[in-house]
Amino acid sequence: MSMTFDDGTFIRNEMAPVLPPPKLRIGPVAWMRENLFSGIFNTLLTLLGILLVISVVPPFVRFMFIDAVWTGENREACLGPDVGACWPFIHAKFGQLIYGFYPISERWRVDIVFALGAVLLVPLLVPSLPFKRTGSLLFFVVYPVVAFVLLTGGNINASAFLLERFGLIRPFVGDAQLGGINLAFWVDFGLTTLLFMAAIGGFIALLGGNGRSAARTTLFVFLALGAVIFCWDADVGLSYVETRQWGGLLVTLVIAVTGIVASLPLGILLALGRRSQMPVVRLLSVIFIEFWRGVPLITVLFFATYMLPLFLPQGTNPDALLRALVGVALFSAAYMAEVVRGGLQAIPKGQYEGAMAVGLTWSQMMRLIVLPQALTLVIPGIVNSFISLFKDTTLVLIVSIFDFLGQLRAAFTDPNWATPVTLYTGFAFAGVVYFFFCFGMSRYSLFVERRLNTSHRH
Amino acid sequence: MSELHSTVSPDELPAVHTRPGREVAVDLVGVHKWYGEFHVLKDINLRVHRGERIVICGPSGSGKSTMIRCINRLEEHQQGSIIVDGIELTNDLKRIDEIRREVGMCFQHFNLFPHLTILENLTLAPIWVRKMPKKDADELAMHFLRKVKIPEQANKYPGQLSGGQQQRVAIARALCMKPKIMLFDEPTSALDPEMVKEVLETMVSLAEEGMTMLCVTHEMGFARQVANRVIFMDAGQIIEMNEPEAFFSNPQHERTKLFLSQILH
Repeated sequence: MSMTFDDGTFIRNEMAPVLPPPKLRIGPVAWMRENLFSGIFNTLLTLLGILLVISVVPPFVRFMFIDAVWTGENREACLGPDVGACWPFIHAKFGQLIYGFYPISERWRVDIVFALGAVLLVPLLVPSLPFKRTGSLLFFVVYPVVAFVLLTGGNINASAFLLERFGLIRPFVGDAQLGGINLAFWVDFGLTTLLFMAAIGGFIALLGGNGRSAARTTLFVFLALGAVIFCWDADVGLSYVETRQWGGLLVTLVIAVTGIVASLPLGILLALGRRSQMPVVRLLSVIFIEFWRGVPLITVLFFATYMLPLFLPQGTNPDALLRALVGVALFSAAYMAEVVRGGLQAIPKGQYEGAMAVGLTWSQMMRLIVLPQALTLVIPGIVNSFISLFKDTTLVLIVSIFDFLGQLRAAFTDPNWATPVTLYTGFAFAGVVYFFFCFGMSRYSLFVERRLNTSHRH
Repeated sequence: MSELHSTVSPDELPAVHTRPGREVAVDLVGVHKWYGEFHVLKDINLRVHRGERIVICGPSGSGKSTMIRCINRLEEHQQGSIIVDGIELTNDLKRIDEIRREVGMCFQHFNLFPHLTILENLTLAPIWVRKMPKKDADELAMHFLRKVKIPEQANKYPGQLSGGQQQRVAIARALCMKPKIMLFDEPTSALDPEMVKEVLETMVSLAEEGMTMLCVTHEMGFARQVANRVIFMDAGQIIEMNEPEAFFSNPQHERTKLFLSQILH
């Protein structure tokens, strides 16, 4: 029954019923019409897309699977016309691609590090699994220490911490060893700790802060550092493998994971620093961020590898991989800082005021109210940084660290496998491996985003 | 007398009879504030006694919000002194934190934390600021949620609630800190007319319990029923201050008369 409203007054007697949508709007045909052929331009694009898929996918599949060579001992297998991917090449070089020149007899150590990493990481990534706090403690604190010992062999022969470098300890303590532990080092460490506690505590007290608690915090930091050094210094009976022998996926993952794990907290601190009310903190953060954003990563790596040793005092020669690691971490921290700052700026002023009004301190406000919301907002940006960091790790090749791609290129030079398709096979394989990691990160970030979005913001 | 501007007529809200005490809760003496060159608060003198209910009205930009936001240091004053619950506000962060623990505040836009459930919004401050065990904090929160009549919403997120419900949650959140003084900054201005009443009723019941309240609002019906004193501000100054009856029926200052004539209809 239809009604007209020409007399100006109206009173509804019965409520309008809820009706299903018109049939034409649903179903595959309607979907196609709406999404693929909604106009001349879109129809053209669809046809172009289909053409592209037809011209790319079948040759790709033929190369990768149908024409591919699956078995063989050397290049002979992959010679000939119309030969696709040479998979025996990958098979032969697989160990090298994963472990680099890590001694074959010691490769089980790398396997354990990989397996342990996976076992510890998965429970953290699946939201429904319990023990998140213990899990993250294990992954972020215990795992790096264990991984370091396993990969290098530990037993770093700690002999000088800080004071001894100025020759202040050994003349008085001598070179006493106690069960493989260098006493001079620990005397040095203890004295340095006290020195730092006094200096930092005094400085904070001078500024009007709580010097005692600052000194206590310093003590805890040094205790943690001491525990780590003690673990690294302990002789667990593993042979020493210098980082020059590391390579392949191992190096790629070490650099990427360290960079990712270090850059996020550093970036958050820098972002907070850049928005700080304190001019000195703000200025230092801005200088740091703009410096690292202003130089290309290649320059950073070059500097860390070839120039830094010239500036450091004689005898101190940090490990090449370590220097690259620090360079990559600081570089990506600067980018991360800007991503996080974007998130911080999107949080309305009312959230800060609400938090302050209920009496939260600044750090509680940031930790409990502002950062959880800001970081959720910028998950796409954060993961973007992670992915580009993962791919940028290949740049360490120019400072003679052989990551996954570097190992692959090294493998190309093997005359045993010199065939017309070796190059294509290798790069196809590398592409698949990188895609696996990057796409994984991307999908996971989407999942996290959707999950955190349940808070229905107003 | 003509009808008061208000979404809720005074008759709908019960009258409040509790009397304020003699003790001073908030004392503002010669307070000035500038935003850059702009002199936003000029020589504000106001003494609020414990249990007293003050309603502050005035045109927008008159400094009324700024004034009550100075009381818990969301804004800094540059001259004069503000003494809250016997503690003078200075740049000392400890004192500011101490005062904020004792002063609850409700905002025009509620400022609930959207990533936390209603219950978590309420228990956050008791747990982190008062160091209350979670179980006790939950009980306390449920007590106040029952008081504002929405205990069934405890596990929802703020975005799932109506404006009126959100504002009641905001009041409950402030109450969970057991404040001695409550500040309201236009608590009903962002609400649909249908929801103003439920928030005002909550505020009235708070007044009945003897809470010290400073309330910036244009709900004149509320002012009439609940306030001990009504303050009219304009151009950063207190223009007129009087008991509600006298304030509405016999305003003295020309500016007050003009303001009232515009909002009374």
